[in-house]
Amino acid sequence: MTSAPPVPLLQIDALSVSIGSTPILENISLTVGAGEILGLVGASGSGKTLTALAIMQLLPANSTLTGEIRLRGELLTGKSESELQSVRGRDLGFVFQEPLTALNPLMQIGDQVAETIRLHRSVSAAEAARAARETLELVGLAGGRGAPHLLPYELSGGERQRVAIAMAVALQPPLLIADEPTTALDVVTQAHVLRLLEELAHSRNMGLILVTHDLAVVAQVTDRVALLHQGEIVEQGATAQLLRHLQHPYGRALLAAARSKPKHGAPPPAAAASVLEVCGIVQEYPRRRLSLERAAPPLRAVDGVSLTVHAGETVGLVGESGSGKSSLLRVILALESARGGEVTLLGEDFSGARGRRLRRLRRGIQAVFQDPYGSFDPRWSVERLIAEPYFLLDSPPDIATRRRNVAALLELVGLSAADAQRYPHEFSGGQRQRIAIARALITEPAVIAFDEAVSALDVLVRTQILELLAHLSERLGLAYLFVSHDLNVVRSIADRTYVMQHGRIVEHGPTEAIFTSPHHAYTQALIAAAPILV
Amino acid sequence: MSSARDRPRRMGLIAGAVLTVFFVGVAVVGQFWTPYDPGAMSIMDKLEAPNLHHWLGTDQLGRDVLSQLLAGAKTSVGVALLSVIIGALVGVPLGLMAAARRGAVDELIMRGNDLIFAFPSLLLAILITAAFGPGAVNAIIAIGIFNIPVFARVTRGGALQLWTRDFSSAARVAGKGLIRISFEHVLPNLVGLLVVQATIQFSLGVMAEAGLSYVGLGAQPPTPSWGRMLNEAQTLTALSPTLALFPGLAVLFFVLGLNLLGDGLRRRQERSE
Repeated sequence: MTSAPPVPLLQIDALSVSIGSTPILENISLTVGAGEILGLVGASGSGKTLTALAIMQLLPANSTLTGEIRLRGELLTGKSESELQSVRGRDLGFVFQEPLTALNPLMQIGDQVAETIRLHRSVSAAEAARAARETLELVGLAGGRGAPHLLPYELSGGERQRVAIAMAVALQPPLLIADEPTTALDVVTQAHVLRLLEELAHSRNMGLILVTHDLAVVAQVTDRVALLHQGEIVEQGATAQLLRHLQHPYGRALLAAARSKPKHGAPPPAAAASVLEVCGIVQEYPRRRLSLERAAPPLRAVDGVSLTVHAGETVGLVGESGSGKSSLLRVILALESARGGEVTLLGEDFSGARGRRLRRLRRGIQAVFQDPYGSFDPRWSVERLIAEPYFLLDSPPDIATRRRNVAALLELVGLSAADAQRYPHEFSGGQRQRIAIARALITEPAVIAFDEAVSALDVLVRTQILELLAHLSERLGLAYLFVSHDLNVVRSIADRTYVMQHGRIVEHGPTEAIFTSPHHAYTQALIAAAPILV
Repeated sequence: MSSARDRPRRMGLIAGAVLTVFFVGVAVVGQFWTPYDPGAMSIMDKLEAPNLHHWLGTDQLGRDVLSQLLAGAKTSVGVALLSVIIGALVGVPLGLMAAARRGAVDELIMRGNDLIFAFPSLLLAILITAAFGPGAVNAIIAIGIFNIPVFARVTRGGALQLWTRDFSSAARVAGKGLIRISFEHVLPNLVGLLVVQATIQFSLGVMAEAGLSYVGLGAQPPTPSWGRMLNEAQTLTALSPTLALFPGLAVLFFVLGLNLLGDGLRRRQERSE
């Protein structure tokens, strides 16, 4: 433990920010000490990213700021742009959420780190390159995978995020701000990156502000937490105590949501008929040619996957990004034709069906997609969107019936019948996923496939949607195929779980058995890496 | 959000719209009314400077310049408009098809586009003129052919991006085919983009028509045309400098207006996305 310095490393007093005439942040006061990790937590739109940008003095041009931000006692607010430029990078490091866009795609990673060093210190190119190499080693990019001459596209998401961290810490800044640094990463990589940040903070006595929406991450890594709600800090304190004695209703709701498990009916009897049978699916994608004469071997995304979904059952499919989950799902939904294997839906050959027969079979399986913002044609009304799958029926119902059915479905998924005449942009992410569920229900399918359907949602909204799904499955006897990289989500909803790695199923079985006694090394690693709230 | 910084951009859009409407209006008026018969010669009154009877003066054959400009606007607007329509009618479906089908179809369409792009436009115009004789119709065809790859590319680029959105997957899960999705989901979301491109191609069309007529490959006498007026005025610049001035200004301001309009529309489009 370090003794409390007389002046905190970072002190924010009564910070308020508005963009245009809309107030975004109100009266934020925070301190961060050297070597301390502060978790800045809140739902999307709560102002956490803006707080981080305010500290960096990187606010959008039409914003106004009042209050004071001091770094080591020195006032940052009111500094000129050129003064700020020497502070950013040297005294303040910043790691962005999206590791792909934060790096220059055409510049070798060693040069990108060295560039930061040379901007602030008058050192020779050789010295900067050596310092860059050392920093890359420090963040765990040593040897072949961290060679400074690599370009960003040659690295994985986690490795890119390490480069971004290396750029941020190359000059050993006293304060590092990381804005959702692991949100775009899968669970195993997330654990590695979090451990790296934690080690850096402790070994260098560096202050760290970790911006996140994930309470489990906060519980695992941070010393103190500030909870943001609608631009105000509603609660602040030492992590362990705070999570135990949350006062503010929003904080309690957040914690309850992070811990909740939707009430789940008894799993269907083992003898239930299978509604979806996937047998030996192989899917390959062509890769760029090695040279003019030599074709590269195709990328095998799905390698002989078989799985079964029984009537009324919820089946989880877990795997990290790039494991082939989405490719498999596209084959199952007959959006792509596979290289090999077959999909049987309700006892009929689905993967081989064409034309009229394919349309008839499609009624049995519908889908909810990941991105609540991309799932709807912005020019269509909700009623038209929900009724779109009626195209599958040979004799679609007349307009009055259609309207009635859409209204009933909207109410079933927790929206109002009047929403039918509105357009997608008028709804929040969670409401849009409800609309997507209504659209999937309209042909009364036997199975609904969910492709990361709750990944883009806040934890509170996510819990509500999962509860809705559990309720619907019980009431309508629906089977779900639930694809996700989020173990907690799958654990809370699935009866059985398949674990996928490198295009193969490495383990499957009843969900609780998988989570309590995983057999395969990969499953064990996945479960160990998942942050949990105690 | 509107702020003080947006004002000059909005002014550009408004100025562009006003100029465009003005010149299109001129073309329509010129159809029905001109102060004099644009073709009527009066050697007595030749090469007059602007005066009360002939507001913009007369040319070497004593024809009223204002009347010719009004009548010539029809040629400019007509040729540019029809060639944009040809380009869009052929190019947009090609772009939609390339994006929907991908693979070999995409390659074939896009490489065909490259072929047209690589071909000098003036050369093709000369070729068509040589084969079918000069005239406004052939100018329309020549300019229209060069609009095809532009529309195909813009459509394909926008459509590819829309095909990656989940709503096109959702439409396929709803059993819809590639063609139906292209017209129900993809094309309506590209309208803004295509209107902007059409404005830009329209302004290029006005210039191309003036250029072709100037070198004698476009509208033939007695059809009035700004490009031909410029051509005829060229040799008389020393005698009557205003003669080349007015058709030149007409082309300049019409193209400027269309470009401002296109830029303004594009910015609005980008901001709404």
